[in-house]
Amino acid sequence: MILEMSNIKKHFEDCEVLHDISLNVDSGEVVSIIGPSGSGKSTLLRCATFLEKIDSGTIKYEGQTIAHTPDGEKPIYLPKKEMVKVKSYFGLVFQQFNLFPHFSVLRNVCDAPINVQKRNKEEVEEKGRELLAKMGLADKADAYPFQLSGGQQQRVAIARALALNPDILFFDEPTSALDPELTGEVLKIIRQLAEEKMTMVIVTHEMSFARAVSKRVIFMDGGYIVEQGDPEKVFGDPSEERTKQFLRNYQQ
Amino acid sequence: MSLLTMILKMAEGLSKTCAIFFLTLLFSLPLGMIVALLRMSKDKVVSSVTRFVISVLRGTPLMLQLLAVTYGPYYLFGISVSRNKLIPVVIAFSINYAAYFAEIYRGGIESMAKGQYEAAAVLGYTKTQTFLKIILPQVIKRIMPSITNEVVTLVKDTSLAFTVSYQEMFTIGKQIANSQTSFTPFVVAGVFYFVFNAIVDFGMGKIEKSMQYYK
Repeated sequence: MILEMSNIKKHFEDCEVLHDISLNVDSGEVVSIIGPSGSGKSTLLRCATFLEKIDSGTIKYEGQTIAHTPDGEKPIYLPKKEMVKVKSYFGLVFQQFNLFPHFSVLRNVCDAPINVQKRNKEEVEEKGRELLAKMGLADKADAYPFQLSGGQQQRVAIARALALNPDILFFDEPTSALDPELTGEVLKIIRQLAEEKMTMVIVTHEMSFARAVSKRVIFMDGGYIVEQGDPEKVFGDPSEERTKQFLRNYQQ
Repeated sequence: MSLLTMILKMAEGLSKTCAIFFLTLLFSLPLGMIVALLRMSKDKVVSSVTRFVISVLRGTPLMLQLLAVTYGPYYLFGISVSRNKLIPVVIAFSINYAAYFAEIYRGGIESMAKGQYEAAAVLGYTKTQTFLKIILPQVIKRIMPSITNEVVTLVKDTSLAFTVSYQEMFTIGKQIANSQTSFTPFVVAGVFYFVFNAIVDFGMGKIEKSMQYYK
């Protein structure tokens, strides 16, 4: 099991965003999370990537406990020093790409492996160029983010996440900020990664994509996992009324 | 007194004008960053004390602060006024300009998108690495026009050193103007400042241009 999140609770001010959510992700699995906005999908990803602190629950990567609440009170995270290593277990691709504008494309991809993971510069740059080639951006290594289209920027962001050799990749609405004609090139890359058995958790509003690419679909609403399972089952014959309603609204 | 003698005498003071200018920048630019970080501290006491100090420094005349730093130690503690006035002048200027720079830095830092911090955090950068490698370079680019404004003002503000009779260019010019009952030294001073600032403008423009390779 690559990721085990159990009994995660999270609230903002007086709003309960995650009610006792559990999510396990196996190696090679592709999980899509769908649901209306405000359902807690993104917050769940942000808790898994430590951008948000959980109120209670347990987060494990590779069986190693990273955060837990043993006495049911304050969550205890691993000390900062060990978190640097933990962060190489996963990568996160943001809705807004969040590339570093002052770094060239190649440096965006290679800077963290070199300066955070302290890997050999030549090797990292070679691998960085390979990754860019795989993203169809071999000729953009020396360009700056502002010179690229949204779709190209998002592909650089995927390469940047992959450069750290993560075991699992999270996508937080990776195509929501893109023009419709540019979503295809990003989805194609994700599909390609799925074929290579990359473990991925994808929060998305692209229903047909989620249905085609994932092994498991999770429908969240109001901070609860309402339903989950095989995509054909969830999309084709959902058992919960709330899921049916959501999917119906989507088709309109 | 011929115009040439006048110009030469005033030019002698230019080295002292430059000393105030460069030393003030040398100390106030980094000091401003420290003040900005204190101002943004999560500790309420630290941030509100810093805020108060900034408001005093920006809310009172620099001329008054110059007098306070130069003669204050004598009136308060009986410490004799140092003979080299450059030290109190540079102290007063540095503190005053640090307050302005601090607010410019703060504006720049707070204008940075949250996503930059989050991307850096997920990639494993430490807080220090994030600040120095990711945030600061972008902040510097963003605040350059405001910094240029302050630097140009500083060139002209060096003339305030006349209030403590520090023998920089303007002080000398004022003395000549008094003794010769002539307005010419002020015109000369005006030309000097204008040329000085033309050079500053050119230099700052170069620096801004060097950061135009990204948006």
